Amino acid sequence: MYSKGFVPLAIATVVTLATAMGLVFFYAPLDADQGFVQKIFYVHVPMAIVSLCGFVAGGVMAIKHLRSGDSSWDMRSYVAIHISIILGVGVLATGAIWAKASWGHWWVWDEPVLVSFLVVVLLYCVYYPLRFSIEDRERQARYSSVFAIAAGAFVPLNFAAVRMAEAYTHPRVLSQTGGSMPGEMRLTFLISLLAMALLFVTLWKLELTSKHASMQLKRLKRKLAEREVVTT
Amino acid sequence: MIAAAGAILRKDLRLELRTKESVPAMTLFTLTVYVLFHFGLDRDSLDGELAAGVLWVTLLLAAVIGVSRLFAAEREQGGIDALLLAPVDRTSLFLAKGAALFLFLVAVEVVAVPAFGLLLLGPGLGGALPELLLILALGDIGIAAVGALVAALAAETRARELIAPLLLLPLLVPVLIACAQATEPFLRPDQGPEDLGRWLTLLTLYDVVFVLLSVAVFDYLLED
Repeated sequence: MYSKGFVPLAIATVVTLATAMGLVFFYAPLDADQGFVQKIFYVHVPMAIVSLCGFVAGGVMAIKHLRSGDSSWDMRSYVAIHISIILGVGVLATGAIWAKASWGHWWVWDEPVLVSFLVVVLLYCVYYPLRFSIEDRERQARYSSVFAIAAGAFVPLNFAAVRMAEAYTHPRVLSQTGGSMPGEMRLTFLISLLAMALLFVTLWKLELTSKHASMQLKRLKRKLAEREVVTT
Repeated sequence: MIAAAGAILRKDLRLELRTKESVPAMTLFTLTVYVLFHFGLDRDSLDGELAAGVLWVTLLLAAVIGVSRLFAAEREQGGIDALLLAPVDRTSLFLAKGAALFLFLVAVEVVAVPAFGLLLLGPGLGGALPELLLILALGDIGIAAVGALVAALAAETRARELIAPLLLLPLLVPVLIACAQATEPFLRPDQGPEDLGRWLTLLTLYDVVFVLLSVAVFDYLLED
């Protein structure tokens, strides 16, 4: 059901990821300021962008679920949020490494994007306890969807608030993520972003397929058990 | 819809007046937290950023208590089934619960904010009362909207005492930022508004988004 076109997608992901890594290490110029450390930018920033888009996409799928009542949309929303949280933890880890290397501290509170990200990840971590403490399947799907929608709307608001709070005490010029990126860096960054997005979609499909298969297996097992009870 | 919301709200307020369960507990809690902050920070009087932070963190923590008790009466006595069976729009239930929480918060703040001025605050509170009231009101609307939504979300889960605060506090981070930053200039010895419009805009935006969002999704909660 979910595995259609999976193999070409996986191949495309591997090729793009390999190309992106090659570009990062052999093509993109060294940053004049930060040197080699800056290359973590090509992992950290695409991961952050993809993970945030994943959270918002989870919210949109949740809206689809509530409108259509089709529980497969809830499953899609759940898996999207699940993978976004994993990427989100990766973003926090790579962000901390980058901060340590370039500013000398593992955590920097005046970096608004990183701080907002922490708040968002903390919020989404509650998705699991919320989801799995509701037994009734249909209600579980409904409540999780409501959470996904509320949290999806919260993401941009939170970013605005944290950015305003930091800009208030630390006026910042646009950093190297801004428009002043040289051409080679920009190309590498875009390819890395594409690779990360493809990786997200591949993992999402893989997880959906495996969830679907294990659910079918459970259903078949239950049927078998029922039949055995009847025959004995 | 408004009539039904009014009826539920009146029921909640009457219940609160008779049992005196949430508001006294929340008020007592704020006073306890002030004492904790006094010893934890080892300071006799606060001003500026520290004062604004202590005040708003205390109010948010008190709101957590209110939120976790918001559906308690219905759940414990089984009244929720009657409410759900009644031919009433879920939106009116949300409006009533949000309004109840808002009024609870206002009642708590009537005591908690002057008490803060007396116990911990160095400079006086009187200088900027209208602005402070506006910030409190906008902050309370945001807390009430998110609180009613979270209370309904957590009401049907097994570990609701755990989930309600864990959901509520990250969702309220923008409210904390805006309220604390807006209040901070008024709590300094040299009082004066600073960037007030910006924070009030953010608070208003937050309130509008979460009230509309809650109204939109509340229908899907507490369905059966």
